[in-house]
Amino acid sequence: MSAVTAAPPLSAPAARGGTTLTGTWSLVRFILRRDRVRLLVWSLAVPALYLASLGEYTSMADDPAGMQARAALVQTPAMVSMTGPGYGTDDYTVGAAVSNELVLWMVLALAVMSIMQVVRHTRAEEESSRSELVRAAAVGRHAAVVAALVVVLLVNLVVAALSSAVLVGAGLEAVDSVAMSLGVAMSAMTFGAIALVAAQVTEHSRGATGLSMAALGAAFTLRTIGDMQEQHGSWVSWLSPIAWAQQMRAYVDLRWWPAALGAVAIVLLLVVASSLASRRDFGAGLVPDRPGRADALPSLRSPSALVWVQQRMALLWTVIGLAFMWFATGTIVNQVGSMTESLADNPVYASVLGSGEVTQAFVGIIVLYAALGAAAYGIVAALRGKAEEDAGRAEYALTTPVSRGRWLGANLAVTSVGTLVVLVTGVLALAGGAAVAGTDDVTFGQVTEAGLLYLPALAVFVGLAAALFAWAPRATSLVWLLLEYTIVVSLFADLFHLPDWARRISPFWWVSDPLTGDVDWAHVGGLCAVALVLFVLAFVGFRRRDVATK
Amino acid sequence: MTTTAASTTRSGATTAPAVEIHDLRKSFGSVQALDGLDLTVEAGQVAGFLGPNGAGKSTTIRVLLGLLRADSGSARLLGGDPWRDAVALHRRLAYVPGDVSLWPNLTGGEAIDYLARLRGKPDKRRKAELLERFELDPTKKARTYSKGNRQKVALVAAFVSQVDLLVLDEPTSGLDPLMEAVFTEQVREAKAAGTSVLLSSHILSEVEKVCDTVTIIRGGRSVESGTLDDLRHLTRSAVTAVVDGDPSAIGSMAGVHDLATTGNGAGTRVTFDVDNSEMGRVLPAISALGVHSFTAQPPSLEELFMRHYGDELAADGVPADGAGRHAASTRAGAR
Repeated sequence: MSAVTAAPPLSAPAARGGTTLTGTWSLVRFILRRDRVRLLVWSLAVPALYLASLGEYTSMADDPAGMQARAALVQTPAMVSMTGPGYGTDDYTVGAAVSNELVLWMVLALAVMSIMQVVRHTRAEEESSRSELVRAAAVGRHAAVVAALVVVLLVNLVVAALSSAVLVGAGLEAVDSVAMSLGVAMSAMTFGAIALVAAQVTEHSRGATGLSMAALGAAFTLRTIGDMQEQHGSWVSWLSPIAWAQQMRAYVDLRWWPAALGAVAIVLLLVVASSLASRRDFGAGLVPDRPGRADALPSLRSPSALVWVQQRMALLWTVIGLAFMWFATGTIVNQVGSMTESLADNPVYASVLGSGEVTQAFVGIIVLYAALGAAAYGIVAALRGKAEEDAGRAEYALTTPVSRGRWLGANLAVTSVGTLVVLVTGVLALAGGAAVAGTDDVTFGQVTEAGLLYLPALAVFVGLAAALFAWAPRATSLVWLLLEYTIVVSLFADLFHLPDWARRISPFWWVSDPLTGDVDWAHVGGLCAVALVLFVLAFVGFRRRDVATK
Repeated sequence: MTTTAASTTRSGATTAPAVEIHDLRKSFGSVQALDGLDLTVEAGQVAGFLGPNGAGKSTTIRVLLGLLRADSGSARLLGGDPWRDAVALHRRLAYVPGDVSLWPNLTGGEAIDYLARLRGKPDKRRKAELLERFELDPTKKARTYSKGNRQKVALVAAFVSQVDLLVLDEPTSGLDPLMEAVFTEQVREAKAAGTSVLLSSHILSEVEKVCDTVTIIRGGRSVESGTLDDLRHLTRSAVTAVVDGDPSAIGSMAGVHDLATTGNGAGTRVTFDVDNSEMGRVLPAISALGVHSFTAQPPSLEELFMRHYGDELAADGVPADGAGRHAASTRAGAR
């Protein structure tokens, strides 16, 4: 497998083969040296997640009734959207639970890692002209790309090995543990290969990351839709690389061949990437830049106009991509009813949820996803200010008659409006999809209200990003940590038995769900107050501090 | 505003200097970037700002632009406080960084317009004229510009606005010699229009061509400042003469260094360096020997620079003298 994934760039004529890869190993060592901290964190985080949830599954298994209640629960539409195709629910063992419920998130996490790692060491390097230095040294033309892939492969294999060890250590079958871990690695690598293709097509690392993340989002949505349509997934599920790992049916009725789909996809993607790469110049995209205007439009006369010009394309594509995802997900709400019927005979299931609430619970989870997507957009957009500062453009802009407050205000205004647009269009698309499908369980207005209630929490994320930028620009990644923590609390709080105080750290914990309960306006006010304080802190801090230079 | 500044120059320093820095200190963690720096730019003058890499030139400029807050000392810019009055002061100045970073999806022309509009004085005709002189294509996206072209965008954006002060931080890095000449011409025009200029540079010929005064800094502290003539007075001139008599006695005069003689058909060829302060006493002694030919070369700025910078190199184990001579001889060859 490892040989196959690294091979295609080698397919250059044999006479040059040796030279185009010269230096690959020194580059691999260099990448490992540069990224040692982040790679270590990724390598340990995934096995740690297995470890954290295994304890809960094991204690749940001591009580067979509890395990069957869990099996019924994971077949509800809301849970299907956040777990898997539901193999082994007849006899829900610890292994079946791990395979059904955790594989999705492990693939997502490692796919994000693979995408970021590939883009970081291909397009981003080329963009920064650092790799020009490397390429001018005694390093082959394909060495950098192969080195980036080798590192991604290594990390995925290390994670697979550690995960297998954790799973076997908890008493699960060895073959299934290894198979599942390798399947997860294969799916994640598929997204790494997609990122490599994206890095050839776009000229900027942000574009390459965005395109790859869009592919990941599409894979996530297709898997949800397919698994909602039929138990164990319809043909739609099989379009998603995430499903390939889940369909190996680890711990239930193991089959290896779905992993082969990943291997084939990776090879094909690498061939595509390699042929695209040979068609373009170093540093260039596939589409050459066209000349632009010699004079600026009259509207480009304020910092906010400039920020808007810089962010509008990213906003446009995010809105289109996410709205499409949520619309597609919305169109399957009418199938929630039929899923419920098939489970109606199950007495355990009836005790878990009343029938009327399943659709609301499902829609509530999708609204949560939409809010998480908007939060991620908001953080990326808010931290563009830091990118401006690091590049020296903030310094340049601040030597014009633009005050610190106006400059930051322009960034935050455009960011806030963009985040609002992403959330509102996403929720409207979801509500629209549900309306098209036709359901009586939720109304258009209810879905929209549920979405809008996330706005104060989103403001907290944007405000925290801004405050960190103003007071501790080197620690801005903490806001990503909070988002990751929010995901964990939103999805796994019960599984991990998180205490209440730990849940309260998540801004989303304070968001009321009007679909299943009442709106707590005190919480809304509290979130708004926290956001306001963070925004004020951001302005105060940015006015006081030195503007750094590279 | 510009006329005020121009008249100030003519009538002497009756109004506030464009830049006035006294005993400025700034540290980044344990690194003392500025250690009691003094710098003055009189209104309407072009001031050169010289120093080796890491001497604190850019830090000084960033304090002046209100980007960094000084730890202690005073800095005044156009009569205002660079930190507190930043916005008002920035209306009256333009800045060119040494490494220009532009907004990747704007064209050069759009970036120039944007910056000019923020200063509130866009001038289409002036922009077209500058684009032509700097031979810059304004329709290309900033990300496709080379370093030199990005530098040109910033220069055009700075010269297009009529401002009271130009702050230029190694502005010609990456420009070819032809464009450097255009730059020199623009600085002279700006000066003629009454603009004060602070020019930080490594290119000594450039400073020599346009600057009225020079400040040399090292280790965050000013080591020399004054007009070029003042500074030259402090150093030596290189004298070459052909004389009838025996010049060896001159070698023992105060202020004369490195005297060497060679036989020459008509007389004796003598070369030596002389402290400019002693020139008045050495000249009569030479003329008493019967002079056939005589040249005296004033010290170049490079030699001034090497004199202050050289001992630092020597401290680092680099033969400063050799480096200085080499630089000086290259320069002499260029003349």
